[in-house]
Amino acid sequence: MIGRRAVDRVFRMGAMLVTASVFGGLLSVVAWTAAKGLGTVTWCMLTQTPAWSYYLGGGGGIANAIVGSACLAAGATLIALAVGVPCALYLGTYARGSRLAELVRASLETLWGVPSIVVGAFGFALMVWLGLKPSLLVGMGTVALLELPVIVRSIDEVMRTVPSELEEASLALGATRAETATRVIARQCMPGAVTGTLLAFGRGIGDAAAVMLTAGFTDAVPRSLTDPVATLPLLVLYQLGSPVDQVRQRAYGACLVLTLIVAATSLASRLVWLRLARHVAR
Amino acid sequence: MEVKPVSGVPITLNELRLWYGETPVLRGINAQMPARKVTAVVGPSGCGKSSMLRCINRMAELTPGARVAGSVLIGKRCAYARGVDVTEVRRRVGLIAQRPTPLPMSIFDNVAYGPRIHGIRDKEQLHSIVERALTSAGLWHEVRDRLWASPHTLSIGQQQRLCLARGLAVEPDVLLFDEPTASLDPVSALRVEQEILALKRRYTCVIVTHNLQQALRIADYAIFMHKGEIAEQGPAEQVLRSPTHAYTQAYIDGSGI
Repeated sequence: MIGRRAVDRVFRMGAMLVTASVFGGLLSVVAWTAAKGLGTVTWCMLTQTPAWSYYLGGGGGIANAIVGSACLAAGATLIALAVGVPCALYLGTYARGSRLAELVRASLETLWGVPSIVVGAFGFALMVWLGLKPSLLVGMGTVALLELPVIVRSIDEVMRTVPSELEEASLALGATRAETATRVIARQCMPGAVTGTLLAFGRGIGDAAAVMLTAGFTDAVPRSLTDPVATLPLLVLYQLGSPVDQVRQRAYGACLVLTLIVAATSLASRLVWLRLARHVAR
Repeated sequence: MEVKPVSGVPITLNELRLWYGETPVLRGINAQMPARKVTAVVGPSGCGKSSMLRCINRMAELTPGARVAGSVLIGKRCAYARGVDVTEVRRRVGLIAQRPTPLPMSIFDNVAYGPRIHGIRDKEQLHSIVERALTSAGLWHEVRDRLWASPHTLSIGQQQRLCLARGLAVEPDVLLFDEPTASLDPVSALRVEQEILALKRRYTCVIVTHNLQQALRIADYAIFMHKGEIAEQGPAEQVLRSPTHAYTQAYIDGSGI
């Protein structure tokens, strides 16, 4: 019987060690990015578009990619929401427990797992077939495809956890189904839905492969949906491949900016969650 | 503070039948629940007590495959008559469930939810309704300083009284309680019992309970059900202390009153 306590202790130590190394690993990625990138990030870099000599080590900044990435990911998230929310509602209400719903869920999980380069290739093929050029709009559509499963599955999952008693409590007070859905069920689902949406946004803004062939690249800030658009992940990729040392250094600056945007998004999602989840039954 | 005028109405069940799919759950119930009295419904698990309660405010039909026949008179109007507004039936007949289920909103909004649904927008009016309902449920003094807090900060017993207040806020005529104290500790349960006793002056109360002591403490009338039928009904003392039906006898002997 001495053995049981020893095993317990070893198990606990092991779990602690693994957790610490995971956390340490994540922290070192952020610290390394910050250390390499912080020196190159200046106000100019954040607010100016690249000068003609930027990729040779000249002046200017990466505002084109910052604005481009933000527009592209925000647009993609809006498209994914517009398609995803009705889809999730359908799965959670009318198609509840049906075979069709299970089939759709399985497909969404597969789509979730499909590498983004494959989604990018699909978006590219579709773009060529439709006779379009790489642009903000095509990029948004492709990234929306990447975000869709995240949004649908997170809302679907959170809707499945709504207790039926809650619905009944509202109906028993004389509320209609529609009033119950909009005033009670939606409120109950909101924190989870917001978290899922911001998670999807994070996935969208950080992806390089899906936008490589569909969004193009440009030194200008996009003015319309049909303009090509620069994105931060691609900017990092191109700069890292540069033979000029100074340009390579700036790639880490762009990395840092991207990391900070994603971090700010998660922080915002956490704050929104805390605010919305105040009254939600857990 | 104005007090709701006396308005409790009697409930009359005529040949009430309920099926879930092909399975008969209620096999022709005929019962009277007098106005402004507490009627206890007792009987073994699965005898159809809760189903009967859910037929009275038309919640039973929400279960897929449920079918109802017969009539439920609330006062003089049948809840199942053609052209009856279901939401109005449910407003007039409040249902307090076994487990408290606060809605995902503040304490105030929980109570104001029903009145808002039914079209009351005026802030002052809502406030006075909320205060009145919480007072009637015996919760006002405990929550008056934290009306905007989450209902989940309340104890389970307080949450149950909040659900009671929520039901009172829509000004029902009838209150149905489905084992309202089953998930509460004895002190909280006693508290809810006291509120029910106070409420029967204005409402017709029907309470499903497994607790025969509780039925004796608060009920004026009792209905004993067995396998979807009424085995016995009458004044609570008579049904619970000196039952005439063999099933009732066995059930009450088994619970050791």
